[in-house]
Amino acid sequence: MQEFRFDLCTLPPEAEALRKEVRAFLADELKDMPAVTRAQTWMGFDAEFSRKVGEKGWIGLTWPKKYGGHERSAFERYVVLEEMLAAGAPVGAHWIADRQSGPLLLNFGTEEQRQMLLPEIAKGTCFFCIGMSEPDSGSDLAATRTRAEKVEGGYKVNGTKLWTSNAHKAHYMIALFRTHFDPDNKHAGLTQFLVDLKTPGITIRPITDLAGNAHFNEVVFEDAFVPDNMLVGSEGSGWGQVTAELAYERSGPERYLSSYLLLQEMVGELKARGDSSADAEIGRLIAELVTLRQMSLSVAGMLEAGENPALEASVVKDLGAIYEQGLPVKAHELLGGEPRLAGGSDYEEVLGYLAQVAPSFSLRGGTREILRGIIARGLGLR
Amino acid sequence: MNELQTILSDTANRLLAGRITRKVLEAAEAGEWQAGLWQALEENGLPRVLVPESDGGAGGGWAEASIVLKAAGRHAAPVPLGETILAGWLLAKAGIGMPDGPVTLVGAGAMIEKGKISGKAPGVPYARHASHAVILHAKPDAQSTKIALVALKDAAIEEDVNLARQPRDTVVFSGEEAAESGEIPGLVDVKLWGALLRACEMSGALSSLLEQTVQYAGERKQFGKPIGKFQAIQQQLAVLSTHVAAANVAAAHACAAADKYSEKGSARFEIAVAKIRADEAANLATGIAHQVHGAIGFTYEHSLHFATRRLWSWRAEFGSGRDWAKELGHAAIERGGAALWPFVTAR
Repeated sequence: MQEFRFDLCTLPPEAEALRKEVRAFLADELKDMPAVTRAQTWMGFDAEFSRKVGEKGWIGLTWPKKYGGHERSAFERYVVLEEMLAAGAPVGAHWIADRQSGPLLLNFGTEEQRQMLLPEIAKGTCFFCIGMSEPDSGSDLAATRTRAEKVEGGYKVNGTKLWTSNAHKAHYMIALFRTHFDPDNKHAGLTQFLVDLKTPGITIRPITDLAGNAHFNEVVFEDAFVPDNMLVGSEGSGWGQVTAELAYERSGPERYLSSYLLLQEMVGELKARGDSSADAEIGRLIAELVTLRQMSLSVAGMLEAGENPALEASVVKDLGAIYEQGLPVKAHELLGGEPRLAGGSDYEEVLGYLAQVAPSFSLRGGTREILRGIIARGLGLR
Repeated sequence: MNELQTILSDTANRLLAGRITRKVLEAAEAGEWQAGLWQALEENGLPRVLVPESDGGAGGGWAEASIVLKAAGRHAAPVPLGETILAGWLLAKAGIGMPDGPVTLVGAGAMIEKGKISGKAPGVPYARHASHAVILHAKPDAQSTKIALVALKDAAIEEDVNLARQPRDTVVFSGEEAAESGEIPGLVDVKLWGALLRACEMSGALSSLLEQTVQYAGERKQFGKPIGKFQAIQQQLAVLSTHVAAANVAAAHACAAADKYSEKGSARFEIAVAKIRADEAANLATGIAHQVHGAIGFTYEHSLHFATRRLWSWRAEFGSGRDWAKELGHAAIERGGAALWPFVTAR
C-alpha cells in the first residue's frame, strides 16, 4: 500500500507580501461587482479583467522571463490564485492557459509555439480551452475518436469535442486527437495539438447549462486543417502528456474554493441575524477549509519540487469537491431562505447560483468515481 | 524527516510493534499495568521527547512528539505515553524536573491553593498507574497559569474506564501537598493540549484502520475473488483513505502551529481544527472499516476494535469535535464574513 505524502508547506515572506498587493488590487477592482457575479469566480469570463491581471504581472508568474513570465515561485502563484478565488474575481478567461496550457507548452511545446503564445498568455490577452471529452468519451478518455489524419503539411481533423468550457470565447484549444488506432492499445495513438479556433471547418455551438448559462460547447471538426507545427510534444504521446497535466489540474485552490463566497455570505448572514444555532456547523466548515488549504498547498510544494503527486492531487480534488458541493446544502439546512436568481439578498442570490452549478463540481476535471478509482489503485487494490 | 525524526519514528514503531501483542492488549484491558512496555519506552527516552536536552530529554518539538504520538495511536499503546509526554513539556515550561514513572494530567476539577491540591477531577487517564499528576489552574487575572506536580500514591482514586478499557479515573484531592509547583505565563489548559494529543493519536489509529482494512479486502474472497476487486469496496476504501489523509494533515498542521506559537499559546485555532477533523474522520472511517470487515470485524477475537473503540472514545475526549467547532464557529461569526478569509490566511 502506497502511503500518501502530504508534507506541510509554509508560505515564504515574499508570497505574503504579494498577497497584500493582490488584495488591494482586488478590493478596488471588484468594489462594485454584485456578490452573485463574484460567486462565479473561475467560471466568470471577463477579458478586460484578465488583461489587467496580465498587466500586473500575475499571469505566467512562474514562467521564464524570456517567454513573458516573471520567474517567481509556485507559492507566490498559489497566493495570487487563492486571493482571486476568495474575492470572487472573474478569472475564467485566462485561468486554463495560466494553469495548464502554458505549462504544457513549456514542457512539451516547440520553441516556436512558446514564443508565439506564452507572452500573449502572460499579457492576459490570449485564452485557451481544453478539448478532451467527446460524445462517446467522457471518463473513458482513451476512447477518444476525433481523428487527425496525416496529410501534406499537417493533419486533417474530423470529429466532435464536447463540454469544452469557454471554446466560444477562447482563441486556442489544446486538443487531444487520435492519430493512430490500435484496437489492442487504445492509450497509444493519441496526440495533443494546438488548434487555432478560427480555423475553417470548426463549428462551435454553445450548450446552455441547467442554470441558463452558456459556458461549455460542442466543437465540431469537419476536415479542419491543423499544420504540422501545431503538434504538441510527440505524435502518439498524448496520453502520457495529458496525465502529466492532471496533478496541476486537480490540486489547485479552485478545487475547494468554488463555493467560498457562499460560506462568507453564510457567516455574514448568521451574524446579521444574531443566530448562534449554526456555530458548530460553521466551525466544522472552517476546519475543513483550513485542512483542504494545507493539503492543496502541500501538493503545490511537491509540484514546485519537481515531484509528481498525481495521487495526492486526486485526494485533494475528491475531498475538495465534496466540500464545495456540500456548501449549498449546508446553507439550506442551517439558514434556510429561498434561493433566488435575482432580486434577493446577496446570500439568497449566491445560494441560487451555487445550488444550481454545484453538481458540476464532482464531474469537471475528473469525476468523483474516476478519482476514487485512481486512489484505489494507489492503495494497491487495482 | 530530519535525523531526530527518523530515529524517533524507527524507535517508536519498532518498539511498539514488537511489544504490543494481542496478549498485552487483552491484559491491559483486563486492568493489568504493562510495566515491561513502560520500562522499554522510558529506556528509549520516548516519554521525554518534549523535555529539553539539558533536563535529560530529547529536546524535540511537537513535530517530533507527533511522530511518537502517532506511533502510539497506530499500535494502540495501552499506557499513558501521550499524557507523560505532555506533562514533561508543561513541567519544563515551569522549570520543574520530570519525575520517574508515568505522569498523568488533571484538567477541570482540581485547584491549587498555597501549594495544596483540592477538588474532584474526573476522567484522569491512567491515574491508578501514574506516579504523579500535573495539575493546571488558571490564575484569576488570566495572565498566567499555576502548575503543580503531585504524587498520586496516596490519592483517593475511583477507577473507571473508557470504551477502549483505558483507565479514566476520578481523583479526589483533599489538601495534598504538591511535590513541586510554579507558574507558566499565559493561559495553558489541559483540554487544549490534550486535544492535540488525541488528534495526533487518532491520526495514527486512523492510519492503522486503513492498513488493516486494505489488507483484509485483499485477503477476503467472495464470489470467487478478493472483495477489494469489487468497485463498490474500492470506492469505500478510497473514501476512507482521503479522510485518513485529511486527519493526518490537520494534526501535522496543528503540531507545526504549536511549535510556532506555543510561547503565545495561540495554536488554539489549529488544534481545534485538528480535533474537529480527526473527529469527523473517525466517524466515517470506523464505519467504513467495519463495513468492509463484515461480521468478523465485529468480534472481540479480531483486532480491528482496538483501533475503533479508541477512536470512539478519543473523538470525545478533551473536547469533542462539536465542542471545538462551536468555539471556532462562534468566533468566526463574531468576526463577520469579510474577516473570514483574512483570518484563515493569516494563520
